Amino acid sequence: MTVSQHRLVIRHAPGELILPTYAKPEPGNHPPLDFPPYKSTGLRHPTKALVLLPHRLTEVTGPLLGDDLITMQDADLTTGHAGEPQGQRIIVFGQVRDSGGKPVPDTLVEIWQTNAAGRYRHSREHHPAPLDPNFDGVGRAITDQGGRYRFITIQPGSYPWGNHYNAWRPAHIHFSLFGRAFTQRLVTQMYFPGDPLLPLDPIYNSVPDEKARQRMIAAFSIEDTQPEWALAYRFDIVLRGREASIFEDEGHGH
Amino acid sequence: MGELLTPSQTVGPYFSMRLPWDQGPYVVPAGTPGAITIIGRLLDGAGDPIPDGLIETWQASPEGRFAHPDDPRGPVPDGDKAFRGFGRVPTGHDGSFKIVTLKPGALPAGDGQVEAPHIDVSVFSRGMLDRSVTRIYFPDEPEANAADPVLAQVPDERLVTLIAVPAGDALLRFDIHMQGPAETVFFDL
Repeated sequence: MTVSQHRLVIRHAPGELILPTYAKPEPGNHPPLDFPPYKSTGLRHPTKALVLLPHRLTEVTGPLLGDDLITMQDADLTTGHAGEPQGQRIIVFGQVRDSGGKPVPDTLVEIWQTNAAGRYRHSREHHPAPLDPNFDGVGRAITDQGGRYRFITIQPGSYPWGNHYNAWRPAHIHFSLFGRAFTQRLVTQMYFPGDPLLPLDPIYNSVPDEKARQRMIAAFSIEDTQPEWALAYRFDIVLRGREASIFEDEGHGH
Repeated sequence: MGELLTPSQTVGPYFSMRLPWDQGPYVVPAGTPGAITIIGRLLDGAGDPIPDGLIETWQASPEGRFAHPDDPRGPVPDGDKAFRGFGRVPTGHDGSFKIVTLKPGALPAGDGQVEAPHIDVSVFSRGMLDRSVTRIYFPDEPEANAADPVLAQVPDERLVTLIAVPAGDALLRFDIHMQGPAETVFFDL
């Protein structure tokens, strides 16, 4: 039985419902909602104490958005136009797994990014860098049975933003993931190794734990770089996993 | 102890390049018998609309079922299969959003209790480094709401922020206040 077909054992006490619980993130793994160096958090974070939400049916399930939203071309951001986009062609690939090390198969991965000049194709974007008629900067993929995904795209650029004087975002690709449960939903950003803007960026540095921060930096891979064609970056993504105390049936027909 | 998680980061101002899609607000197709519309506004701590927010909803079917392998009650009855359960809508320039759905059923809570009909909501926007999670409950369920184990943990004076308000025929309003005297209850998931 494959991982995607994991089923929970139901203990047949009358009226009993055994559900998984997803482990809490370690302190410092996620950014605080109130982070003054990123000014826009000021009026947009909850100020009152959060109320604990135990994981029940609505939280341990989630949308399983599938192939009807996806075409093969969605994972290749460099095709679909009259010509090729400007910039450095790159392969961005990796594995989606949970904190227990289990791959997360069949899950939707959505990305968006600037073009090579640091310009988003968006009506509210006014950075005076050129649009590229051959690059939209959006992609979608579904992970395979091993939790793997792969995009072909262009190295994004840095761009200025108004947070503080001479503020520039390090080059990044936005990622949105569902996992298999409402509890696993994640929106994050992938950064590039060696970017000199990383130590200066309040969004990147909002994550308190240094090792967790480094999880957002992709690894250059010469092994996966394709000769005469494209550089490769590996970006593995770790979602919340189930707590170990859960009894699971591996499918041996109990 | 497992691996460190990939940290959350803000969805930023430009997610609408990718994330919304035409049918996103329609958890069921428009015109579905029994459909309800939930409208609302997403507001910041100054009471101003958040025009670059994203609202996502996840809920059970009217029968209280999920088409998902981790619902241990087994596969859903055939009649539920057209029901998406998931809604996604970007906020408008005035912070407004609209979701068309079916009212979910009540759910067993696993310990002999029953959860009142509810919709889980994720709120994303520029300036939010992680999502905020809340729930929509229904105004025509006073008894179920009074017995709901999640609402039982909410201070009485704040319960009103989690219960949608009747706004017309098959129409409910659910405003989301990030801060202020009417700050919505958000959950630690």
